[in-house]
Amino acid sequence: MSVEATVTPEEAPPVMAGDDTPPILAVEGLAKQYGGRIGCADVGFRLWPGEVLGIVGESGSGKTTVLNCAAGRLAPTAGRVLYSAADGATHDVHAIAETDRRRLMRTDWAFVHQHARDGLRMGVSAGANVGEPLMALGARHYGRIRTAAGDWLTRTEIDADRIDDRPTTFSGGMQQRLQVARALVAEPRLVFMDEPTGGLDVSVQARLLDLLRGLVTELGLAAVIVTHDLAVARLLSHRLLVMRRGRVVETGLTDQVLDDPQHPYTQLLVASVLQP
Amino acid sequence: MTDRLRIENVGKRFTLHNQGGVAIPVLRGVSLAVAGGECVALTGPSGAGKSTLMRMIHANYRTDEGSIRLRADGQAPWIELAGADPRAVLAVRRGTLGYVSQFLRVVPRVPAREVVAEPLIALGRPVEAARAAAEAMLARLNLPEALWRLPPATFSGGEQQRVNIARGFIHPYPVLLLDEPTASLDGANRAVVLDLIGEAKARGAAIVGIFHDAQARAAVCDREFEIAPLGAVA
Repeated sequence: MSVEATVTPEEAPPVMAGDDTPPILAVEGLAKQYGGRIGCADVGFRLWPGEVLGIVGESGSGKTTVLNCAAGRLAPTAGRVLYSAADGATHDVHAIAETDRRRLMRTDWAFVHQHARDGLRMGVSAGANVGEPLMALGARHYGRIRTAAGDWLTRTEIDADRIDDRPTTFSGGMQQRLQVARALVAEPRLVFMDEPTGGLDVSVQARLLDLLRGLVTELGLAAVIVTHDLAVARLLSHRLLVMRRGRVVETGLTDQVLDDPQHPYTQLLVASVLQP
Repeated sequence: MTDRLRIENVGKRFTLHNQGGVAIPVLRGVSLAVAGGECVALTGPSGAGKSTLMRMIHANYRTDEGSIRLRADGQAPWIELAGADPRAVLAVRRGTLGYVSQFLRVVPRVPAREVVAEPLIALGRPVEAARAAAEAMLARLNLPEALWRLPPATFSGGEQQRVNIARGFIHPYPVLLLDEPTASLDGANRAVVLDLIGEAKARGAAIVGIFHDAQARAAVCDREFEIAPLGAVA
């Protein structure tokens, strides 16, 4: 007899192989020149709701340049970034007016920086850091903002009684979790992360990874995450983009790229990882 | 029962670009069809490519030559895995293709119960129901209740293997891959796993496995499929 709580095949939802929902983000022919130097060239990818795309490669491979262009923070030299909003409208991120782009970045997107201090306001309290994005979206009720901020501190495993403390009094791992709370409080549809676990101790890193993994699944977020750490990429991302010298050299399912790498550079990257 | 898995003329070679581009052929011209309700054991010497074929079906290895198709039941359309879009592969792994690997890939800080419940949650089942199912499965595999809330990183080999098995059998996948499912298990737990495999066959799952345990193989496998080594020269 089977275990009573297992589902029968009849209950199982149909397989959705290659369903035709439109991507939330489409990056086409992206290039960025810094003077005569190539930041990135010929970069294209699409991202669907609920999907996490990892961009891996060594420092200087152009992955952060791609992230910044895709996130609307850096104007590309060529190519475009198309964002499909919840109402079905498509926005050409670098062609729309600055004010519209800023509004998208505030309402629909979030960015998590490698260094927490780049994403936080160090001079105000933890609660204010988390409440601010809500106020920017028009929330005015102090009690509700404070409650939401408290909830998000708890969700990111920060003691709620630290709500009035400044982030300068927090450890590195706590600051990073606070940045995540600030990024996600306004319920973005799309999150960009630049080496979110970089510079943290491994135990602190594991906690943050677990947190990010849970939140991404729970909230059904689409995310682009840049990391040089292949273990982080394996844990968080569904698909990978491998970059070298500004170009994409390999792309595919995360475990396929890591277990059966095809490009010489990907093989070298995978072979260079220390196995604990 | 009709076929649920069809492997046709697949070949695989690894090209090691950083070892002077040496090519290592592992499989050539392998064909195998597995019907619903059938369990096929892959046999052959170590290094012959049994695990490689399993990984090609799981699609964490690419299939460069030939075709690997599967379907959820006799009426469902065939899904080609060779060269499939990553999202299509993920959808197949969510609902159709289960995989019990030999070693658990441990995610830091995730408790055993959540590791087991995760496939059901990914299929959209309510979290509480998924956890209850996970607990029932872990109890059936005699994993002490005190361990359910702990991450499996510090578990013994046999305990980790049972977490892995619970995760692989929590959803009634129509196609199942089993890599040494009874290795490092004691007699009682081995019997539970053999029962689980028998139940999966009875509900019509097509199963491909590697079983070094000859008794286990004899107990659940309907036939053997031998993979012969190709040798080192192309």
